[in-house]
Order: sequence, then C-alpha cells, then structure tokens
Amino acid sequence: MVVGKSVPRVDGYEKVTGRAMFTADLAPGNCLVAKVYHASIANGRVTAIDTSQAEQIEGVVKVVTFQDVPKISYPTPGHPWSVETAHQDRADRRLLTGRIRYYGDDIAAVVAENEVAASRALRAIKVTYEEYEPCINPREAMKGTKPPVQEECPDNILAKSEYEIGSADQALAQAAIVVEGKYETSIVQHCHIEPPVSYAYMDKGRIVVVTSTQIPHIVKRVIGQALGIPWGQVRVIKPYIGGGFGNKQDVLYEPLNAFLTTQVGGRPVKLELTREETFANTRTRHKIYYDLKMGLDAQGHIVARDMLAVSNQGGYASHGHAIAANGATSWRHLYQVPNVRARAYTVYTNTPVGGAMRGYGIPQYAFAAEAITDDAAVKAGMDPYDFRMENIQKGYFADPWLKPIAANTNGVAECMEKGAAYIQWKEKRKKYAGQTGNIRRGVGMAIFSYKTGVWPISLEIAGARMVLQQDGSVTLMVGATEIGQGADTVFTQMTAETLNISMEKIHIQTVQDTDVTPFDTGAYASRQTFVTGTAVRECAEKLKEKILEYAKELLWERRRALQTSARETEEVPGADGGTAPDSASWLPADLCDGCIVNAAGDVLLALEELAQESYYSLRHSSAITAEVSEQVKKNSLSFGATFAEIEVDIALGKIRVLDIINVHDSGRLINPRLARMQVHGGMSMGLGYGLAEQLLLDEKTGRVLNGNLLDYKLPTMMDTPDLTAGFVELEDPVGPYGNKALGEPPAISPAPALRNALLHATGVAVNEIPLSPQRLIAAFEKAGLLSASVGNGSEGKKEDGADV
Amino acid sequence: MPEQMKMIQCVVNGRKETLCVDVRESLLDMLRNRLGLTSVKKGCEVGECGACTVILDGETIDSCIYLAAWADGREITTLEGLLGPNGELTRIQEAFLEEGAVQCGFCTPGFILSAEVLLRRGEKLSREMIRKHMAGNLCRCTGYENIVNAVEKVNRERNE
Repeated sequence: MVVGKSVPRVDGYEKVTGRAMFTADLAPGNCLVAKVYHASIANGRVTAIDTSQAEQIEGVVKVVTFQDVPKISYPTPGHPWSVETAHQDRADRRLLTGRIRYYGDDIAAVVAENEVAASRALRAIKVTYEEYEPCINPREAMKGTKPPVQEECPDNILAKSEYEIGSADQALAQAAIVVEGKYETSIVQHCHIEPPVSYAYMDKGRIVVVTSTQIPHIVKRVIGQALGIPWGQVRVIKPYIGGGFGNKQDVLYEPLNAFLTTQVGGRPVKLELTREETFANTRTRHKIYYDLKMGLDAQGHIVARDMLAVSNQGGYASHGHAIAANGATSWRHLYQVPNVRARAYTVYTNTPVGGAMRGYGIPQYAFAAEAITDDAAVKAGMDPYDFRMENIQKGYFADPWLKPIAANTNGVAECMEKGAAYIQWKEKRKKYAGQTGNIRRGVGMAIFSYKTGVWPISLEIAGARMVLQQDGSVTLMVGATEIGQGADTVFTQMTAETLNISMEKIHIQTVQDTDVTPFDTGAYASRQTFVTGTAVRECAEKLKEKILEYAKELLWERRRALQTSARETEEVPGADGGTAPDSASWLPADLCDGCIVNAAGDVLLALEELAQESYYSLRHSSAITAEVSEQVKKNSLSFGATFAEIEVDIALGKIRVLDIINVHDSGRLINPRLARMQVHGGMSMGLGYGLAEQLLLDEKTGRVLNGNLLDYKLPTMMDTPDLTAGFVELEDPVGPYGNKALGEPPAISPAPALRNALLHATGVAVNEIPLSPQRLIAAFEKAGLLSASVGNGSEGKKEDGADV
Repeated sequence: MPEQMKMIQCVVNGRKETLCVDVRESLLDMLRNRLGLTSVKKGCEVGECGACTVILDGETIDSCIYLAAWADGREITTLEGLLGPNGELTRIQEAFLEEGAVQCGFCTPGFILSAEVLLRRGEKLSREMIRKHMAGNLCRCTGYENIVNAVEKVNRERNE
C-alpha cells in the first residue's frame, strides 16, 4: 500500500539540487529577446505610432505594432473549449492593440539580439494617444462609460446571472432578525516566484512554444485561434514551472511570442516578463463588492440569504463571470437555507485584468459570506460556532440544479469540532469577552465548501499513458501538469498502488509536450488528483489486464512446452494441457510486489521476465502499453474550517496571529505530508489576503502603484506564524482512491476567520480586506476605540497580552 | 577590448574562472549565461525575492543586484557547488526533502544557500532567528512552515 503514505516527492532531488530545468533555463543561447511596449494611459486610443527610430537601433531585428498583427480576437482563459457557440469564452483580446483598455495595455513589441537593444528600442518608440477618462470602479462603470471598455458591451456588463430558491424578499420581510452588510475584497496578485516566460521557434513549418504554463493543451489551442492557423501547427512544451496559482491558467504572452517567431523567420525568441509586468500585465484576483442580507427566525435558524455581487473584471474578459458566478453558486451550499437569492454582475473597467486565482472566486465570496455569518450570530446572541453548527447542512446534499456537485461525504461538522478543540474555542471565547485596553485578543472561525472539478458546468477530461519497460518498470505520461503541488508524486503513488509494484519502478514524465503527452486540460480547479487520478487509475487497471493476459499466454506456452518435453521423456504432468481444476495454480490472477501471482498468491513469474519476453519473444512480441482518455462526469464537495487566535494592538492597528489551524475534509489523503504542505501554502496565501496584500491603483490614472515585491506586501517568513494543518479523512465514494479537492481550499477561509477574530477581540466589524493598519485605525477611530485606548494604552496588561 | 567589457578572475564552485564580462552585467546573468549555472533563478531582478541568492566569500548576496565585475578576485558558491562528488546531498538539502520544504522548487536554491550560511555559524537558533535571517527569501508555495522546520532540524542535530 503506497496510497495514503507520506512518500517523498518524486521530483525532490532535482529541486533541492537546482537541477530541475525551468523554461528560462532551457532557452537556447542564441535566443532573440522580445519586449512589449505598454501603454502609459488606462483608457484611450493610439492616434499615431512611430517606430522608425527604434528600428535603427543596433541589434534590433524587428518591431511590430498593433497594426501588424492578425485582425483576430481570441479568448484567453484556461477553460476547456466549448463546441457550443453560446458557451464559448469571450474573444475580446488581440495580440497587440491600439484601443487602450487598461494602464499598460500592449501596443507594440520589439525583437532584438539582446536585452539592451530591446530595452533601448522600447524607449525609442513614440506613441500619441487620444485619451478618455478611465473608470476603475465597476459600480460606476456599470452605469455606462463613453466609450464602453469593450464595444460589444455598451453598459460594460460582461455578464450577469441570477437565481432564486423560494422567496428571499418574503422570507426576509417575515424574519425575526435581519442582518445586512456590505463587504469588499481587494485586487491581489498570484506572485509565483517564477515570472511568466516563454520562448518560441519554428520547426518544420510548425510553431513550438516552450512556456511556464499550467495548461499546455489549452495554450496550444489559443495560439492556433489567435494566429488563425490550424491547431495542429502548434506544439507547446511545459517544463518545470515555478508556481502558477491560476495566473498561468490563462494564456498570457504565448500567442504573441508565437507570432513574433513567425516574424523573424522562425528564429528562437524569448519573452520573459519582469516582476513589474507580472503585476500589471498578467492577471489578478478580481475585487468583488458584496451586498448581503440574512434573515433568521427567533431560534437563530437561517431562513433567507440574499446576495448582490459586483465583480471588477478589468479591461479584458479572461475568466470573466465564471469567478463571480462560482461564489453565487456557493451561496446555496453549506448552510440550510430555504430561501436564497443571488444576483451577480461582472463589469469591465480600466484596470488590470481579473483572472483565475487559487479558489476561483470563493476566497472573495467566503470572506463576505463568513463575515455576515458572524454578524448574524452576534445579532442573534449566539456563539458563532454554535450558530454555524445549528445551520450547516449535515450529511449528503447536492446542488439543486447541478446535481453532480454533491457532498458525497460531508465532514464539515468534524472539521469544526477538531478546529475548535485545537484552539480551545469555548474557553477563549469566554476569556476574551469584554476586554478593554490597547492590547486585546480574540478567536475567530470560518468554514467553506468547495467543488473539486468543474463538471457539469464545464468539461472534465484527462489522459494517461503507460508503457511497460523491458525491466518491468513503467513509464507514465499524463497531460496534467505538476506545478509544485505534488501531482506527479500522487500519480506515481496511484500507479504503484494499482500495479502493486514499487514506486521506484514508475517513471513519470514531468515535462508535458502537446505532441507527445495525452490530452488533459491542465492544472486548475482542484481537479488533478480527482480527475486525472481517475484516468491514471483506469490506465493502470488497463495495463494490469494486458500484463495478466500476456502472462497467461506466456505461462500456457511454457506449460505446453514442458508437457511436450515431458511427453518425450514419458513424464506427462497433465494430459489436458492445463485446464483441469487441479492445475489452475498456473493461471495468473494478480500482480504482487513486481511479480505475477496465481489466485493463491504464489509467484509465477517476475514482471521483469514477462516484460522482456513481451519485447523480444520470437513467438509473440508486442510491447505492453495502455492509454486512456477519460471524460469524468463526477464531482465532489470538499469542506474545511479555519480557527485563528489573534492579538490586536489597537493604537498601531496591527494584528498578530498567535495561532491558526486549517482543518480539511478532502477525502482520503493520497500523501499526507504533501497534503499538509498544500495546506500550509494556502493558509499563508489566505493570511496575506486577509492582512496585507493589495494591488493599489491610482484612482485618477488607473496605474498600478505597488507592482513590485517590496511595496506589494507578500508575506515573508517573519510575517508568517507557525501553521497547523488538520484533516478529517472520510473516504469519498466517487473520487479515485477516495480523494477530493485539496489544492485550492486551504486559501479560502483564513481571511474571514481573522476578520471574525478581530470582531471578537474588539467588537469592531471590519468589512474590507486586507485588515491593514490604515484600515483598522480608521475603523477603530470610527468605533470610538482609539481615543479611549490611546489614553489608557499603558494600562493594557501586556504580560499576557490581553485584558480579561 | 571594448570599453564596456572587463576581464575578471574568480573562483566559482571551487573552479578558477577567467571571464570577460560586460561592466553592466549582473552576477546573476554571468552565472546563468556564461557558466550555465541555472540553479541561480531570476525572480525579480531588483533584490526583492532572493531566488538568485549565492554565497560570495561566505556571505549570501542577491546576485541580481551585484555586478559581475565586482566578483573579480572573489569566491562564489551556487547550489551546484554544494553537492558531493557523487551527487551526495548536504544535510540541509536532505532535511528540505525530509521535512517537505519543497514545492515548485523555484525559490529552493536560494533558500538552501541562505540556510547553509546560517547553519555554518554553528550557533543554536530559535525559530524566530531562523525567520529573521531568512526573511529575504520569498516563497509562495510552502507558507515557510516546513522550511523553518528543516533548518531547525539540522541546527538541532548539530547542537546536540
């Protein structure tokens, strides 16, 4: 049994020795260098562009502008393509543009012999603009702008969606308690440490793009679409990748890079973004504004929930409304609510583009939803834990319309119990109640549900291929991508488990090449262990069947040969040739520990021996391989909870996290250590989201103000407390080997748990994140805490950090 | 020789190198492009992320904001230089594997070199000291928890 064990990562040695080769490490030495000319306005039109001086600079090979690129608009999100026109992603982007939709939009590109020449050429390009007033707030933009951000959407509303179960208005009118709140999140960025980078060249008339992406097969399709060429003319290779978190689940500059190589005779061209470009010109997490209402009956049961969400898309559609819609769908899960309404809008503005980021709309949604849940508990006079326990959906439930999205196992209550026990919830809620003074402590919690894959909203397909090598080892190829999460390790474990051979004998190919690796849509959602895991299991079962089939043939032949020679020496072992019951012991029944065994478990043959026969037998040679392309029409909700204990310095507006735990119901863990690592990373991202991270825009110009790792407050080691991960392992009945979503969920609930801990510590409800000192000082001032606490701040009992 | 080029001599991973470098060239670019030492990663190019950390005369530096020309007469170690002759890992590399301190692996070379220099001091380290010393290396995958654990483990072993 290797599934369920904390085996080491299969790529560990390569990574701790620095031998793992990432895209930039592989670029050939003779690569030309490409750089992009970005707009210095947020809204307008290029009226003139002069590249003549840039072209004269020594070392410049080519300058292309928006006037030179194909007049084709294409979509960029990492979604499976829809063959139904109505469901296709919005195609609103060109390789380069003269219509500027956000500060930094791509107008031109230069290709040069070296970095210096490319940078000089950018500075020599002269552009004149016709400027329009930029609009960076979606609630303003949806009233209409002149001109609209995208001509196809005159009211700037990219999409809206609405549903209602029961009657929210009626139930709210009749509710004993009504709670209302406005909640806002911030624009944040993925900050993978490897910036997006690709290099492209031509080979036998085709375009090859090597790129740091989560979605090689989708990049291939989108390059084909963007350049207007057959998709088979494109080959995409994904080496090791230095983090993605959803930013690289979008097609970024690969199509432009592909176009540029065609403009320089197929010579290799490298396009590597700076950190500043990564912030401003790739994707961000949407800022979403929520207006929420909740109605309770006199006993504290939720009777109605109403949501209005407005999501800031930025200048291009990217993943678009799918983000806000995902939160709206979650609004009808997790809690028992008879009347639910959600209305969600996604609105174009002149800001950097919103895309996918770990949790796909649910971190935004959960901040708002779990904040109002605490507000409701306070108003009902109930402990937030008891309030949730009373109102959560227990046991099996399914989405009313999207039936496969179901709680096939539901461990949310156990996650809450485990988290509360760890943080000593009851004791600390009591201990920290009614504090005064400058330093105060609090405990807070938040819970979530999260779907594993995208079915049935979108397609789920995965592929796997296995080849039995001559020595009995197995080569494994998947189209899904290892991006640091440990996918290659768990696929290796699954294969070893089903084939019952040691992990060392499984060789997984970590590089995806769309010419070679099976089709799979890539690393996104929290799908890989579940969806690609299904394909891996199917493939291993198929390979096993073929091995046993060949074993039967081989053993039969050997037996026959033995009988023939025995007959010659008159020592006949079985006159029937081996089909009689007494001789069934020769029949292969299973694989065990690298051997073929009979039903009784006796070893008949080593896998290695069989493998060599299969390659070189003069009687019947045929290398044993298996391949599956599996559509997965399943999904499962996973669950979890965060519990946090914080200390607030009111005068400084500063929160210190004293203790934090995430407890997850992600089904059965394939590799517990990798699972804990995944949880740590998500918690840290959630802490950054809750406390510090925020991409700031100049309100007048729409320019990014802090697009670097110094001013954008990415958590450092010193900002990050010790992180504790807990699990409730319920075996999911539909997920392969019992697993369900774990990749994104850890990032969801820390931010609202911190906000709710702050509410407990201070009584102040802060409804926007990050909970930065500036914001807290303003909130404490408004609540009248600050003048009072500054006056008697020294009276705060600092030794235990809290006044009880 | 063109004006912007300079001849330098330095020791990189124990080997004497004589190189003709551009005076505008970063040590990061020199190590990657001229010597093929691709464990040295480019994450920000302005000394914010620590992915390009190398050991220079026993101290860690961000090689992206250190000119190649300044390396004249100095001794540099990259992650490639830590391995034993038969590919043996140093203790801190093993501990990164044991503790699960590696995910995407892009920031890992910088972290290991920072940890190596810290551990060479030989002093007993608290978790806070580890955090303070290594705060110049950014990681987005791990939440740092297991990186601190790995450094703490090796430090504890050496101080027992």
